[in-house]
Amino acid sequence: MPEPGALTAPIAVAMSGGVDSSAVAAMLARQGHAVIGLTMQLWNQRRLPDLVPEGGATGRCCSLDDVYDARRVAEQIGIPYYVVNFERQFEATVVRPFVDEYLAGRTPVPCTLCNNAIKFAHFLEMADSVGAGMIATGHYARIRFDQPTGRYQLLRPADHSRDQTYFLFGLTQAQLARTLFPLGDLTKSAVRDLARSMGLAVADKGDSQEICFVPNGDYAAFLDAYLKETGAASGETAGEIVSADGRTLGRHHGVHRFTVGQRRGLGVAAREPLYVISTDPQSRRVMVGGPEALLCRRFFARGVNWISVAGLDQPVHAEVKIRNQHAAAPATVLPTEDPGRMEVVFDAPQRAVAPGQAAVFYQGDLVLGGGWIE
Amino acid sequence: MQHFYFDHNATTPVAPEVLETMVPCLGQVYGNASSIHYFGQAAKQKLEAARRQLSTLINANPPDLILTSGGTEADNLAVLGVARAATGATRHVVSSSIEHPAVLAACRQLETEGAAVTRVRVGPSGVIEPEDVRKALRSDTVLVSVMHVNNELGTVQPIAEIARLTRERRIPFHVDGVQALGKMPVDVEALGADLYSVSGHKIYAPKGVGALWVRKGTPMAPIAFGGHHERNRRPGTENVPGAVAFGAAAESAARNLAAETARLTALRDRLENAILDRIPASGINGSVWRRVANTSNVYFDGIDGEALVIALDLRGFSVSTGAACSSGALAPSHVLTAIGLAGERARASMRFSLGRSNTVEQVDALVEALAASVEHLRRISAHA
Repeated sequence: MPEPGALTAPIAVAMSGGVDSSAVAAMLARQGHAVIGLTMQLWNQRRLPDLVPEGGATGRCCSLDDVYDARRVAEQIGIPYYVVNFERQFEATVVRPFVDEYLAGRTPVPCTLCNNAIKFAHFLEMADSVGAGMIATGHYARIRFDQPTGRYQLLRPADHSRDQTYFLFGLTQAQLARTLFPLGDLTKSAVRDLARSMGLAVADKGDSQEICFVPNGDYAAFLDAYLKETGAASGETAGEIVSADGRTLGRHHGVHRFTVGQRRGLGVAAREPLYVISTDPQSRRVMVGGPEALLCRRFFARGVNWISVAGLDQPVHAEVKIRNQHAAAPATVLPTEDPGRMEVVFDAPQRAVAPGQAAVFYQGDLVLGGGWIE
Repeated sequence: MQHFYFDHNATTPVAPEVLETMVPCLGQVYGNASSIHYFGQAAKQKLEAARRQLSTLINANPPDLILTSGGTEADNLAVLGVARAATGATRHVVSSSIEHPAVLAACRQLETEGAAVTRVRVGPSGVIEPEDVRKALRSDTVLVSVMHVNNELGTVQPIAEIARLTRERRIPFHVDGVQALGKMPVDVEALGADLYSVSGHKIYAPKGVGALWVRKGTPMAPIAFGGHHERNRRPGTENVPGAVAFGAAAESAARNLAAETARLTALRDRLENAILDRIPASGINGSVWRRVANTSNVYFDGIDGEALVIALDLRGFSVSTGAACSSGALAPSHVLTAIGLAGERARASMRFSLGRSNTVEQVDALVEALAASVEHLRRISAHA
């Protein structure tokens, strides 16, 4: 362990005001590192006032309460602290693509976009700017330098229930080289205990939501409010609900309100449970079917980024995860003529392979890489 | 690490000679200035002496000065109070695009109450053209509100010229003088304004005290409701310690104005010349001529102003880029956007506002830190 102050370049910690990143800042400061706390202001919640629930917004990203908490922790552990404004970049690289993807009939993963474009890009640059050498975040994941291959590898964390590697498949070698995930070897309860033992004010704070800028997970309401505010009306979105054999079963209010695998809110009476099989923004049709119609054996992934291996020149067996809550399933990943495009063939068909979601390739704890489902 | 303060337009420290006058009003002369007894009278005497001191600084009649909780309340009272007192069927207000949020937000509030607001635009100089104000006036204009000195650029607005237009038409004219007081001579009579806002903490008095001068006979509705304080225009127990400090600071400002203006002009020129000599692709925003002595707004092309503020702070130099949003992050400056700066350059701009504590040595050290930080930031963004 280095002597206090022995590391000349400080570490910039991305502090959200939650318990995880607060613990990271406190741990590093305690280890004697020079630490700078930075909170990214990503989204102005007051922009879409219709979305704020009665009694005000709570427990959402970038709320003033979160900034208050982060500032208080920074004060407690005695580190310089600043809020940096990335609202412009966040809207351009996360929110707009999120909206566009839904309008195009896909199911986006904004947390991955945010990691790729904001946290490990603009934030890293901000860290550079203020003289920090490394950045640290409260992600549950592990980074390891592999001597034989000379590559930084990404691994699932010790606490698999908190695994966030699904959202981190886009990290480059240069980004990994400068990133610390100090929570990778800890369980969430150990992190809370640690925060409590250090007397951090946020030790018992609740967990944050998955998509920070979408209140209550109601992405359809967010899309409507955002499109209204930006004046980028999506035109007519209502259309028909059809079965696989082309029968019209009913009508819906907006094609962007449906995602592959969705069961609730179809408004169609049927003997067996119906699921959204696919959506087509052009014809505004939502195709539904029974659970068997959701099963899919193979798909293509584009924009593939390799992390723990340099690339793929022959098929490889891996476990592939197709959404955050999915238990990675055995599959063969096959290279195509395009090095950024892979074919994935599951050993057994999987439910709800949704275009726009990420497919991340694992071998045990090792994250090989990942891409976007076509 | 030593920290040097280059953000005097945000706030100033309480001067020792000001603090000295204020402390006895906390524990000794603590009466309620509205009480009829001995303690109340002692407090009232202090309050009125302070009002006279402040009136002297701006050449006002003391009873026309309403003490407030600060500049924002003074601006709100002027804008909302005068517009709401107007009796016509329609109400129109003229202001500018470079006003302080205390005026801008009050105008937005008036819009929600059915008033029309014209915001006069400004060119790259950051100085409003009186002719543009004249064109904006309508038969139902009930208020013109223009700042005396812009807080981000330091530019001085042509208040007397605008006042000639409003007087001809008998339209009440409010001037936000928060950034002018103590930085240049202010004579409300010579300016020809009808209302003038000032704030204590910009002139080495504490936060929490301000004042609005209102020319006798100007109709103005109250915006808060309570007792009969301040001649029924602003209720609430008088902040005697704050007022006394404000009065002492006003007297001190009057005494030091000429010498301090000359000293700060020299310091500011030293800072700007060194920046322009040593740092390529930098320049001054807004008019170089029509501005107060202490304020310098400089762009450094290709850098992120927010990163530069943090980098400088970590080196011990506290500067600003303009406005902060509610989280404490920096918001894009509406002033720099209003004078036509492209988004990139507006985000690459820095405000240095000098004051009493600053020395030649501090300015030279700031230039060293700036040169190093700007070079570092430019190297990074070239690689990104």
